[in-house]
Amino acid sequence: MSVPERRKPSRAPRTPMPERDPRERRDTFAEVGLGYSAEQAMGEAQRCLQCANPTCQQGCPVGIDIKSFIGAIIDGDLPRGVAVLKERNALPAVCGRVCPQEEQCEASCVLAKRGEAVAIGRLERFLGDTDVACELAHRCVPTVAPASGLRCAVVGSGPAGLACAGELAQLGHQVTILESLHAPGGVLSYGIPEFRLPKRIVEAEIETLSALGVEMRTNSVVGQLVDVPELMTEEGFDAVFIGSGAGLPMFLGIPGENFNGVYSANEFLTRVNLMRAYEFPAKADTPVWRGRKVAVVGGGNVAMDSARTALRLGAEEVFLVYRRTAEEMPARKEEVHHAAEEGIEFKMLCAPSAIVGHDGWVTGIVVTRMELGEPDASGRRSPVCVAGSEFTIECDTVIVAVGTRANPLLTRAAPGVEVTKRGYIVTGEDGATSVPGVYAGGDIVTGSATVIKAMGAGKKAAAAMDCWLRETKTAQ
Amino acid sequence: MFRIVHKRQLSDTVYEMGVEAPRIARKARAGQFLMVRADASGERIPLTFSDWSAEEGWVRFIFMRVGKTTHQLAHMEVGDSLADVVGPLGVPTHVEGVGRVAIVGGGVGAAVAYPVARAMAEAGAEVTVILGARTADLLVLEEQLRALPLKELIVVTDDGTAGRKGLVTHPLKELCEAGAIDAAFAVGPAIMMKFCAATTKEFGVPTTVSLNPIMVDGTGMCGACRVSIDGVTKFGCVEGPDFDGHAVDWEELMSRQRVYTEDERDADAEFTRSCKCRH
Repeated sequence: MSVPERRKPSRAPRTPMPERDPRERRDTFAEVGLGYSAEQAMGEAQRCLQCANPTCQQGCPVGIDIKSFIGAIIDGDLPRGVAVLKERNALPAVCGRVCPQEEQCEASCVLAKRGEAVAIGRLERFLGDTDVACELAHRCVPTVAPASGLRCAVVGSGPAGLACAGELAQLGHQVTILESLHAPGGVLSYGIPEFRLPKRIVEAEIETLSALGVEMRTNSVVGQLVDVPELMTEEGFDAVFIGSGAGLPMFLGIPGENFNGVYSANEFLTRVNLMRAYEFPAKADTPVWRGRKVAVVGGGNVAMDSARTALRLGAEEVFLVYRRTAEEMPARKEEVHHAAEEGIEFKMLCAPSAIVGHDGWVTGIVVTRMELGEPDASGRRSPVCVAGSEFTIECDTVIVAVGTRANPLLTRAAPGVEVTKRGYIVTGEDGATSVPGVYAGGDIVTGSATVIKAMGAGKKAAAAMDCWLRETKTAQ
Repeated sequence: MFRIVHKRQLSDTVYEMGVEAPRIARKARAGQFLMVRADASGERIPLTFSDWSAEEGWVRFIFMRVGKTTHQLAHMEVGDSLADVVGPLGVPTHVEGVGRVAIVGGGVGAAVAYPVARAMAEAGAEVTVILGARTADLLVLEEQLRALPLKELIVVTDDGTAGRKGLVTHPLKELCEAGAIDAAFAVGPAIMMKFCAATTKEFGVPTTVSLNPIMVDGTGMCGACRVSIDGVTKFGCVEGPDFDGHAVDWEELMSRQRVYTEDERDADAEFTRSCKCRH
């Protein structure tokens, strides 16, 4: 059979993402990136060289067949493109928005070597959105293998849990997800703001999972309501996947951190995203303190999300306080760029040393100027205090976005599961824990990482669980 | 959905509600709490449960009508359903080997005092309960407490409309002076717990308090409920709600509880305006 002939790859520059105007953005939680039109997607897809050896795919933690889905766009066959994507990724509309493509698939694109990579992420989003825009009955639902008669419990409905559940369901197992909050999605629901990832997208992708037969049990705190041995004995699950994330917020450990107006990024974002505090009191009952001058401490995506959220809640000034330079900031370049465009003021090389307040409320954050010293063991130049350089940034709100750690609730409820000194679960390459039949993946294993890495871990564990289940359970 | 199977108005502003929640009822222990959301746009609020039945599959909680959510709950009737009930949350109260104990329950704090008294009595403790309120109408669970095998039930009201006139700290102090107790447990408004702890401290009587900081998720994720215990930050929801009353930074707790007072008032005023109900 001959390969259908295609046009030569276009030499056009990378197609920019249509975006909402930065001035308009400050006042709305509506999404910033507007998505490619069909013409734009086609134009961008045609830049793809359709390499014989597509290196981009090696950069994808879930191994999406990138070449084929872009090929389908070139051919104008969107349903095929969606099907190819969904073979490996249950949440393409989500990943198309929040994956750090520039470090993954796009970094390995051949075009990146001599110019600009194909906008793989934006094309993924385009196809994901095409699918999500359809009624559920017309969406692409992957085929499900014949029922195995085996039951799996998945703890946590964040990216790791959803990916694992989707995979296990496709393999023919009966899957139940246990989620502690009232809404599924984990960090996708409580952490990532509407302007970056609309809730309707998360809901639609989870709906597709339900179409695979996955049962969702919300309001179920594993570790309090039920523990892992009970799931396996009393509730009759044959295997358990733990994807509970690392949700416990870290604080700075400096004086004044419990003043009113000092939030963890988790609390601030949960109030606004999950509980929709920006609609308080008209349409939602959860309030949030709306600061006029807000200092956000941190340099990751969560810090950017917090700063931009504070701005949208009506802050006049938002400072981002980070102890290294923009160069070392872990946030995605695109998000930093968006934040700067919207007017976030970056206070680089500043380390907080105290929070000051009056009458119980925060009035400022004291920071010390830093300079970069010698590279440490990790190769990063570590910041060193400049003596006598302390100054105070006046503010009425401080949001601490310096990371999270493992929540002990769940690991306490999984006796025998080996954990590290810091409470993270120890697993093999395949996600297997020290207890047979119990697997884990995502942030509870690796510490804070990305959505797609957690999904990769969930998928890998699902494959290993499937093998284990078929070897040990079907023989009985 | 969590169907309401029991509702009783205990006073002008205090209600008891029971919901169908068989899984939670199986796991409930004295001193733990629930997070409740009335409807799809509702706030998550922590409420302590006062009773449960594993056999019949229900849990009960007591609330005072103060803000929008509790106002809305007060309007719901048997047969209606709450959107979400999560629990049991928090570490159960330590009830084994407490010896002679005074349990102080102030206002709706009796919701916690009752199951804690029951559990301690079952565990063999000699239990004296001091039940207090501003006025007779606000005393709750007195009958249920009387049915427990207590050494004594002391009722106290600020205005003398029931029991002794005065504050709960008066009988507590007398018990300490008489050397009649080995430990104390206090639950109620922060200011009451603060003074209970101050009272027992003089006598070196170890005192546990059940704190009620603001929470959002109740599972350790948000850090809203942080409290300073001996200068160390703890999360009320997963490390509490019980803490050593002598080590709590009460001023900080009370300040943090007031963050949303104005917002709550606004939301409740809006709710009262827009709803055409009888309250």
